[in-house]
Amino acid sequence: MTGLSIENISMRFDLPNGSSVQALKNVSLHLNEGELMSVLGPSGCGKTTLLNIVAGFLAPTEGQVVMNGHKVTGPAAERGMVFQQGALFEWMDVRSNVSFGPRMEGQRPSQYDAHVDHLLNVTGLRDFKDKAIYELSGGMQQRVALARCLANDPDVILMDEPLGALDALTREKMQGLVLKLWKETGKTIILITHSVEEALLLGERLLVMAPRPGRIHKEYNLPFADLGVGADLREVKKHPDYARTREEILEMIWDMEEEIMGRAEAAQ
Amino acid sequence: MIGSVILLVYVAIFVLSFLAVRFLVHKTTRDFTSLKTVTFGDESAVTSNRIASIVSVTTVFLIWGSFTGSSWVPGFLHAPGPFVGETSFTYTLETADGVRDDATVYVKVADFGQETESIEAAPGEGIAKDDAVAMNASRTATILFDRNDEVTRKDGARVVAIDGIAIGAGDEIRTETGRFALTDKGAISFAPPSGLQMEPIWLPPPEDVVGRVVEIANEGYRDSTLWRHLGYSLFRVIAGFVFGALLGIPLGYAMGLSDWFRGWFEPIVEFMRPVPPLALIPLVIIWFGIGETGKIILLFLASLWIMAIAARAGVSGVNISKVHAAYSLGASKFQVMRHVIMPNSLPEIFTGARVAMGVCWGTVVAAELVAASEGAGMMIMVASKFQLTDIVLMGIILIGVIGFGIDILMRKAESVLVPWKGRS
Repeated sequence: MTGLSIENISMRFDLPNGSSVQALKNVSLHLNEGELMSVLGPSGCGKTTLLNIVAGFLAPTEGQVVMNGHKVTGPAAERGMVFQQGALFEWMDVRSNVSFGPRMEGQRPSQYDAHVDHLLNVTGLRDFKDKAIYELSGGMQQRVALARCLANDPDVILMDEPLGALDALTREKMQGLVLKLWKETGKTIILITHSVEEALLLGERLLVMAPRPGRIHKEYNLPFADLGVGADLREVKKHPDYARTREEILEMIWDMEEEIMGRAEAAQ
Repeated sequence: MIGSVILLVYVAIFVLSFLAVRFLVHKTTRDFTSLKTVTFGDESAVTSNRIASIVSVTTVFLIWGSFTGSSWVPGFLHAPGPFVGETSFTYTLETADGVRDDATVYVKVADFGQETESIEAAPGEGIAKDDAVAMNASRTATILFDRNDEVTRKDGARVVAIDGIAIGAGDEIRTETGRFALTDKGAISFAPPSGLQMEPIWLPPPEDVVGRVVEIANEGYRDSTLWRHLGYSLFRVIAGFVFGALLGIPLGYAMGLSDWFRGWFEPIVEFMRPVPPLALIPLVIIWFGIGETGKIILLFLASLWIMAIAARAGVSGVNISKVHAAYSLGASKFQVMRHVIMPNSLPEIFTGARVAMGVCWGTVVAAELVAASEGAGMMIMVASKFQLTDIVLMGIILIGVIGFGIDILMRKAESVLVPWKGRS
């Protein structure tokens, strides 16, 4: 079976004081190839834990992740990751960062040069390819992180709030870029975000998670990502369904937050 | 006495140059910083004042030259020197019978370090005869005035006045000629005015020190040229540091990457780290003698723990998302080590290397002070035994300059090799 299957995953963290936290409980979902799914939820709902399990950085307490028919046992090049803060390698220039994956695989420059140059062009980094990482702005650094991930040609791209640290304008531009790259490359993408607007605009599917224990609360299928490819994202936001869905999800997350607060107050 | 005068002069120059610069120079420079609303308390607005640094260094040399009578400092800036030349005073002798007679003592005072020239004086009339004394500046001469007198102290004669001023046992009188006192046995103790200048044996003038540099650079000291002495010290530092880094960095990596290594070596490293390398000198000399091996082992031990701790901190300091990123880009364990953990630890290692070089340089000088046949510290040590203060000063200045040079080189290397340090 192709695609990515998350099969009945539970994750429990044991704390040093002897108690334990149920971060995820019985989470199951399936992504077909080329699907873009955004994941929303209040803080503490296990979004990042889920992503780390899919990436292979964490082993789930129960359940398994199956990728194109084989079980995930650790990080691998087929599942690329884009972090909130670039996690770029400061000791390399932009181009060496982007070509990191192919170089680790042992490819010769002649094998990856064309692909890397193409990605540098697409992400608008052509004129910055010899710059050092610390000379770039935050938005530029995230472009490098995207290009570095794509250069490795992974089947799935996992994005952990990749645009969270950017200012509003840069963020909008980068959202357009993510959509464009998704359509061009046809990659499967899981995108974690805190922004409801971003989740609506970019997610073909949208997953709302609930906390304590982390579980899937509701799933949407949305038309906006397809509408947004190559179009003005601000026009997409005028779509009547857009405002309605946004309000619905905001309401949902507010209720969850209030429930958490209420529980905290009751505990006191 | 001289100390407080020097301190006063120093403080005066500090205050006066500050006021002069404040009112003459800075009045005209109203740059962006001076326009900031908050300049006091804003540490970033405080930069080193170049004029202050220049005046500061000049002042040190000026005071040094002025209080040593240096020929490099114009004469009117010299502190008052000691009395040099010929002088005389009269003493009044009273015999046991109460007979008094005056006699003159002629004194010839030679400059610091000059040979005293003996002088002669005609004995003159009376029971007290004139005397002649040769002495050096800033010294006290005990004048056995009665060697040629007709009546001596054994006969009950004693000095009752100097230059007409009465003096008794235990009194001290000051005249323009100098300071007088009587010793317990009744001899005259005479000190001509000593002025405010330092004797070369305490502090030689700068030109003497420079002269020594030239002399020792050309002719050598204790069978070795200056370059050979400094070269030996540098060689020991570099050899000790290289061995320390060669073992310390892998040890630090191992401690940062394996719990077994960390558990095994942590007690040793944490125990050895606070032991000053100087405290190891006696043990190293007992075990390895005073030759090169002992010194290099000492410096190796001085740098080993610093480098191990720096490398461990470098490994522990790696942002876990960088490691995750490298794994999800398909890197193997070895590749993560080679391309992420090692370069990521370089800034910490460089900081450690700078500290280690500083410690090694200080330790090598101390070790050479204890025992060595060549080296900067040995030069100082031997010179101090012969009271060759100019060589001691020369050694201290060269040690400071080289230590400073090493640090500048390390910082240059750091900015070239790890330009991303502190900027990620």
